Amino acid sequence: MTYRFTVNGADVALDVPGMRRLLDALREDLGLTGTKEGCGEGECGACSVLIDGEVVDSCLVPVSQVDGTSVMTVEGLASDAGMDAIQEAFLVHGGAQCGICTPGMLMAARAYIDQGGAPVDEDIREAIAGNLCRCTGYTKIIDAIAAAAAAQPV
Amino acid sequence: MRVGIAKAFPLRREGPAKLTGTALYTDDLVFPGAWYGQTIRSTVAHGQLLGIELDPAFDWSRVVVLTAADLPGENVVSLIKDDQPILVADEIRHQAEPVALLAAPDRETLREAKQRIHLRTADLPAVFDPLEATQEFAHFALAKGDVEAGLAEAELVIEGTYRVGHQEQLYIENNAMIAVPRPDGGMAIHGSMQCPYYIHAALKRALRLTDSQAVIIQAETGGGFGGKEEYPSIIAIHAALLAQRVGKPVRMIYDRHEDLAATTKRHPAIVKHRTGVTRDGRLVAMDIEVVMDGGAYCTLTPVVLSRGTLHAGGPYSCPNVRVVGRAVATNTPPNGAFRGFGAPQTEFAVEMQVNRIAEALGMSPLELRRRWVYQLGDETPSGQILRESVAGAEVLERAAEAAEYERIRSQTAHAREERSASAAPSSVAQLTSGAERTARGIGIALAWHGAGFTGSGEVKLASVASLELTADGRIVVLTGSTEMGQGTKTIFPQLAAEQLGIDESSVEMAPQDTSIVPDSGPTVASRTAMVVGGLVIQAATRMRETVEASTGRAFADSYAEYAGAHGGLRVDQQFEAYPNVKFDDETYRGDAYPVYGWACAVAEVDVDLDTGETQVRSIVSANDIGKVIHPVLAEGQVEGGTLQGVGYATIEEIKLVDGRYLNDRLATYLIPTALDAPRIEAILVENPFSGAPHGAKGVGELPMDVPAAAVVAAIHDATGAWIHDLPASPERVIAALHGIAPPPLPGISTISPRSVAPAPSADDAGAPEEGLDPQPEARTDPQPMRGPYQE
Repeated sequence: MTYRFTVNGADVALDVPGMRRLLDALREDLGLTGTKEGCGEGECGACSVLIDGEVVDSCLVPVSQVDGTSVMTVEGLASDAGMDAIQEAFLVHGGAQCGICTPGMLMAARAYIDQGGAPVDEDIREAIAGNLCRCTGYTKIIDAIAAAAAAQPV
Repeated sequence: MRVGIAKAFPLRREGPAKLTGTALYTDDLVFPGAWYGQTIRSTVAHGQLLGIELDPAFDWSRVVVLTAADLPGENVVSLIKDDQPILVADEIRHQAEPVALLAAPDRETLREAKQRIHLRTADLPAVFDPLEATQEFAHFALAKGDVEAGLAEAELVIEGTYRVGHQEQLYIENNAMIAVPRPDGGMAIHGSMQCPYYIHAALKRALRLTDSQAVIIQAETGGGFGGKEEYPSIIAIHAALLAQRVGKPVRMIYDRHEDLAATTKRHPAIVKHRTGVTRDGRLVAMDIEVVMDGGAYCTLTPVVLSRGTLHAGGPYSCPNVRVVGRAVATNTPPNGAFRGFGAPQTEFAVEMQVNRIAEALGMSPLELRRRWVYQLGDETPSGQILRESVAGAEVLERAAEAAEYERIRSQTAHAREERSASAAPSSVAQLTSGAERTARGIGIALAWHGAGFTGSGEVKLASVASLELTADGRIVVLTGSTEMGQGTKTIFPQLAAEQLGIDESSVEMAPQDTSIVPDSGPTVASRTAMVVGGLVIQAATRMRETVEASTGRAFADSYAEYAGAHGGLRVDQQFEAYPNVKFDDETYRGDAYPVYGWACAVAEVDVDLDTGETQVRSIVSANDIGKVIHPVLAEGQVEGGTLQGVGYATIEEIKLVDGRYLNDRLATYLIPTALDAPRIEAILVENPFSGAPHGAKGVGELPMDVPAAAVVAAIHDATGAWIHDLPASPERVIAALHGIAPPPLPGISTISPRSVAPAPSADDAGAPEEGLDPQPEARTDPQPMRGPYQE
């Protein structure tokens, strides 16, 4: 059957098996390879995307479950005006090293800030606890998210 | 010729691409018509391959199957020794060893084909315990003074045995290679890698290609940590063999399970110490034995062992030292490079020993280190005189001061006394209130890390970096050094621009493609900033001098004009030996490294006395890296390396049954999350190295050497219990606290009841063939070492 949802604001209609992973649909059917696969079993968070504003591991979500929803991926963060505040903060603070966890990490950060998250170390750690990073020790990621959260108009 | 670095530091060059999702990693690359490749692996630890059976009910015309019989070249993955086959021909030496290759036009067919291929094997006795292993990959011995006399003279001799298990690099991007046939009969490889020229060498040999027929191109690489130093070669060969047969691109993308089950890990090690001291705290003698488990094939084991041996005594001056290191073969998957490359294992052991000696002497661990740490002019066990950039004492003081080590140590000691005074011997039943359940402790560890390749490696490599001014006035850095997150692509243009007196944005980086860039040596051993960065600066200096001599004006104002008039300029800069640095490989004596980095970590922990769980609260890590080229990137290296060390100390452990990794998924092999990670304070210290034009000594590995011993010392400070084996998992902490039997030793496979008696393997319907020798053959390796290789 055909599944209809939006990805980064654009309407999408996919005629694929309902159990196809959202991750594969994004990467292979829609060519949005910014979303990464790290483990395929919901442990690493590299494939994190937002569904109606909530962070999910797209490797665990079948396409049938996103029918009628709004999906946001890393490709949806920047606009014609440039990178968003979180992306800029990651760049300045050194929150991205190898970059493979970065798209998922950014989505978790986006959800945290969109939901009114404060620049508080413990809360940020909780918000990104489902996203593994092996390069940074998390320090600069947390610094970046805190900076973006602090700059967010309340 | 010291280079002043600009005050403003460039942003990560490839950062915007990574942050917007446009950076292309291997699995993001699209090659129309590409097939999918798969590796069929052994499921026994040691056995005879009797046959590869294809289910006749399956339509095999839809897939390609390759075995050892189909190889066009030598059945060898070219590295130090020629012992590892591309595919098993007859003897299986470890679980998950590649036996056959499959390719299919779609994943569904591939999955089905994989179910329809069966290996017939007969078990052979397997060796799992390195102390029982008879085949040796390498051994080294260091001697200084007279150890026996020193131990006899000592007033106190402290002994200790320390064991560390496997550790997985766990880059978040799994290994991935895509092979694309070239019109010239050659093969292009696009992949995730640290060392394009390692793959180049291995691929040429396996497929019988010329230099120009083998083209290796690095895709964006999602972390390496040593794990993508040598293993990518075998994956590239597998993908290329399939692509050659299919005549189309073949994608060989590992999933996490395969990556964990099959690729290299940090070497397990058993380190024994006997240390002689006087009652007033003088270090008299160190007798150290190191045994490393190389796994089934040699890979880089001799060099890992060499670094481990050379670092085994720690950064301490001692008149009488003996270090004997050997690495042996077991029937487990081969171990390889991982950040620190043998040093984290042996430096954990020596730091444990120093902390235990401090306790035995009733001295502060900080004070003891102050007395023992190397000073300028001291001599190492290899006979090296430390002539410059000796900063162990400085990092020690910087970290201890920032962490308020002595103040907190007196607090934790007080709390420990109160606890033991108010309660009977600790037992789970008596611990009821929250305050009693948690004990806080603080620990310290110090390390040195030899900068760059071990011994004469760098001289043998003779790396090249190039700088080109093109005819149309562009400036391009050409090196084979890869970017895997550590910042190569940011600092090379920064270093060149600084030297040329232009903006770094005017300097381009050539792609890491062996048909374009020279062999700058592997991207390992923390050598990229120090060695290759130094070559980039030297090339830029020569370019500037040439242009300015010709134009009579500043480079920035005249290079475009020069390029137009002269059709460009290319400078190839080859490494020349650092002055007065000499190492003799035959005697294993001399300057083991041109210079050393120094690091000190202070860790604070909370230990849950009920569960044995350790929460590392904070770590201060002071690192002398010679010269800070880019503070944000350098801090990032220290913070990341520190957390890997915390994982090594507390939770990261591979468990094995019958030589197979048991926890070969990310759900079961755990690494620290943001909630597990402590606050990390990185302190950068600069004592420049005169041999490098910028003074840098490398930063990648150094911070990995110190956290484990600091954390275990903190656990002891909190609880009074010493954990001798890594990781200090809750099970080991509980066992130590309550005096109960600890869990199995790290790094050594247990044996399932079913496989105690030699029997046909699960895949084997029949009995072993007649005449099969049931004894493991003593294997001698006639091939000379090829080198140099390093982490």
